[in-house]
Amino acid sequence: MRVLNLTVNGDATEVAAPAHWTLLEVLRYRMGLTGSKQGCDKGDCGACTVLIDGEPQLSCLTVAALAEGHEITTIEGLLPAHLRAGGEGPDPVQEAFDRCGALQCGFCQPGMILSARALLSENPAPTRDEIKAALSGNLCRCTGYTQIYQAVELALAEATGAEPASPSWAPGENPWAKTPEGNARPAVGAAGLTEGTGVAPSGGDSRTNGKAH
Amino acid sequence: MASRDQHGIHPPFADADGKRRFGVIGKPLRKVDGIAKATGQAVYADDIQLPGMLHAKTLRSPHAHARIVRIDTSRAEALPGVHAVITGRSMPIPYGVIPWTPDENALAVDRVRFIGDEVAAVAAVDEDTANAALELIDVEYELLAVYLDPVEALENCTDAIHPNPKRPERGNLSKRVELDFGDVADGFERADVIVEDDYTFHGTTHTAIEPHCAVATYSPDKLLTLWSATQITHYVHRALARVLELPAHSIRVIQPCLGGAFGGKSDPFSLEFCVAKLAMITGRPVKMLWTREEVFYAHRGRHPMRLHYKTGATKDGKVTAVDAKILIDGGAYSSFGLVTTYYSGQLLTGPYDFPAYHYDSTRVFTNKPPCGPKRGHGSVQPRFAFEVQLDEVAEALAMDPIELRRANWQGEHTKTVNGQRITSNGFMQCLAEVERASRWKERRGKLPFGRGLGVAGSMYISGTNYPIYPNDMPQAGIQLKVDRSGLVMAFTGGNDIGQGSNTVVRTIVCEELGLEPDMVRVVAADTDLCPVDLGAYSSRVTFMVGNATIDAARKLRHQIAGAVAAEWEIDPGRIFMGSGQVFDLEDRAKCISSMEAFQIAEARCDTLGSTGAYNTPTLGGDYRGGTIGASPAYSFTAHAVEVQVDVETGRITVDNCWIAHDCGRALNPMLVAGQMEGSAYMGLAEAVLEHHDVNRFGLHAGPSLLDYRIPTSVDTPELHALIVESLDPEGPYGAKEAGEGPLHPSIPAISNAVFDAVGIRLRHLPFTPGKVLAALRERRAAETAVGSAKESV
Repeated sequence: MRVLNLTVNGDATEVAAPAHWTLLEVLRYRMGLTGSKQGCDKGDCGACTVLIDGEPQLSCLTVAALAEGHEITTIEGLLPAHLRAGGEGPDPVQEAFDRCGALQCGFCQPGMILSARALLSENPAPTRDEIKAALSGNLCRCTGYTQIYQAVELALAEATGAEPASPSWAPGENPWAKTPEGNARPAVGAAGLTEGTGVAPSGGDSRTNGKAH
Repeated sequence: MASRDQHGIHPPFADADGKRRFGVIGKPLRKVDGIAKATGQAVYADDIQLPGMLHAKTLRSPHAHARIVRIDTSRAEALPGVHAVITGRSMPIPYGVIPWTPDENALAVDRVRFIGDEVAAVAAVDEDTANAALELIDVEYELLAVYLDPVEALENCTDAIHPNPKRPERGNLSKRVELDFGDVADGFERADVIVEDDYTFHGTTHTAIEPHCAVATYSPDKLLTLWSATQITHYVHRALARVLELPAHSIRVIQPCLGGAFGGKSDPFSLEFCVAKLAMITGRPVKMLWTREEVFYAHRGRHPMRLHYKTGATKDGKVTAVDAKILIDGGAYSSFGLVTTYYSGQLLTGPYDFPAYHYDSTRVFTNKPPCGPKRGHGSVQPRFAFEVQLDEVAEALAMDPIELRRANWQGEHTKTVNGQRITSNGFMQCLAEVERASRWKERRGKLPFGRGLGVAGSMYISGTNYPIYPNDMPQAGIQLKVDRSGLVMAFTGGNDIGQGSNTVVRTIVCEELGLEPDMVRVVAADTDLCPVDLGAYSSRVTFMVGNATIDAARKLRHQIAGAVAAEWEIDPGRIFMGSGQVFDLEDRAKCISSMEAFQIAEARCDTLGSTGAYNTPTLGGDYRGGTIGASPAYSFTAHAVEVQVDVETGRITVDNCWIAHDCGRALNPMLVAGQMEGSAYMGLAEAVLEHHDVNRFGLHAGPSLLDYRIPTSVDTPELHALIVESLDPEGPYGAKEAGEGPLHPSIPAISNAVFDAVGIRLRHLPFTPGKVLAALRERRAAETAVGSAKESV
């Protein structure tokens, strides 16, 4: 057992864990930060990606002790950080992933979103190829990546004020086009999935963000 | 068909101008759980931590086929921190997802059948201790003959993998289906051209990014609760009751948020029984999380198939007969194999009409990880062979491959040669869409050497009327509860596995009751709280749960509109419900919120709620197996694919895939497109990257995500989803499936595009650089031979 001093999502924390544990194990099973996922345990899938000093890193390959003295950001940290910075609701990348349907099973997405967040923080205007390259360490088995690219590009468009491209499935009206009031945002409802399990808090939110119809 | 099962294709209400418009159907609404997933708040099975929870691990067989002579667990039990050790003797009752083939045990009782088969399980204070205890279990094995090749397994069986004392002659035969429709001999007689060839489909697996995980508790009042990463809660519930010898009412099964499945979480799995049994023995909560390596052993992926096809056609391209012989490598257990064997033949009879069809499919047990249902269950392999063969027919007749497919279209509202009822059919529009989007006419056959375009089509089910275990109860049920706050809760047994079925339920409730999305929440896949639904398989959920939801919501609407109309002393036909409001169409001043309407209705009608259900109509051919693959509606797909072939390295690069899919009606086009793109991606990867295989000892060739190569973002081509809506008369508002159909054409379309690019026919998957180079060499040799023959003349 070893006592670790970790700075996670802005908070300095002292936590005891077996000396051989990875950062992923400590985050998930000691600190209850289960947003970081374990998909392969070998550094192949990227579901465990966290930001260490702003850089995407595989927490399943990082011995927890080596993360001492560094700033660790997990998926749970983005929304509070955005609120602290005066924003509303989730980080724009999280918001864009939801608006674009990029979250199917959602298991790879905490890692994917953090990789996308790091890209946009570093490169304010990445091309589609640069987006692909930046996300190539995060495997997604549901989406074929297309809606993920669209999400990153939508977050980018939101940041720059540009008009986002219309997806192939919407040959008529661009669902993400700007409107005079701002964004035509599809409505969002609260998560119901975890209710009734007797274990989980209900996630999600109940904002409507204006009307979709 | 009961009226409750059919609701028409139109929006539920007419507005003041008499026109019907959808409120939320057809809009790209966000998902019910999108933000929870994006922020890390969604709870998956391994995120569940219970006080005092133990961790369990599984001992697996190192042998491909062996008899268990003796197991000694005493040293493991003595290890400090170990709370219980169980073996096959702890749960000897066999099970199987198909009730006719219960050939699996939670842990092997007397025989192991593949490397990785489960032998024993340990519950301990932590995973490290459980792993250490596994090392202390002593198992004595007596080795048996190992069968890795299906032909060998069938022809030279000495130690049957599943001995059948009553019918020893079956050997390693798992299932055989031979069916004959129309006059096949006459069909070939009438043909102007006959193409006949062999095709190979290799093994591939699902690789959901979430590994299997289950958690169980057993309370002193004898309630067993299981949380499991399953896509079929109901069958897990039934299997637990059977194997653990518990009354089903004392078991609660809950599917938490699920990290992908694709068919790979359809069977009841060893870990679900083990955590339940260990929780009962220890009195503590128990969790088991499989490693990625273990997920590869659990498999249930795509069956490898050796396919022989013969197709006859007239000179104008009309197919006259199809004859197929298929050998299916089933792996170690039956799983869904009975259905797989039927599907390998039954699902080929669209979108093309052919008057005569014979197939002979044989599934064989081998000592390999068990195969099962993977996205496009049983029909992706024959579709690959047949769509390549159709291209060969087109080549022989010098016809455009799209024109050949048009010439054979079966039409709408018709019957297939094997007696399946076809309702809506948007295949012609699918072909037109990919033809247009790929600029087929300008480019096919005209691109520079090394670049090419290919096309393929397909058909798939939207659920079937075969309910796995025979019963007369609904296939889908739902319950709605109305709260005075204005909230409607929907309780569905349907499994949302990421495809968005809970979002479909919410959207339909909103449409029918005129609510905003945030006024409806969904509780799903909890056997204590939700009415039975048969689960997320066979692409049945949107169709069946969707119809059940309309049924329940319309009953509720009738009650609420009736109560408000009575309150206002007007005809209920004047009540309009939309955008969270209820008003009088003839007097807009009369307008209240839905919440107020609910309160009026509760005061007049008592506590508000409703149930809804769906069952398929009687379907299918009048012969044994005729209901398997009989669907209330079929989806149709066409793909055009653009490839580059590097003739130096043999590498195929897929640049573009245009996916046109007839989903009936897109209840949410964004979610439909996600299914189409995800399906196409998965199929493309099967063609050029993935291979699930074992070595000569039966050991998995590479049970990791590094060795089993699923595509990264940079490996994935540009995917263009083109939605086609044929408005099915029986689907919810006309909807059909979108989750599996769009996978099928990817693979043959690549083979056909490679032919256009470099003139070689790839008939054996996967399309590795080695196979491409060999085919190119063969082609050059043939050309040289023809060249020198010409010279000598």
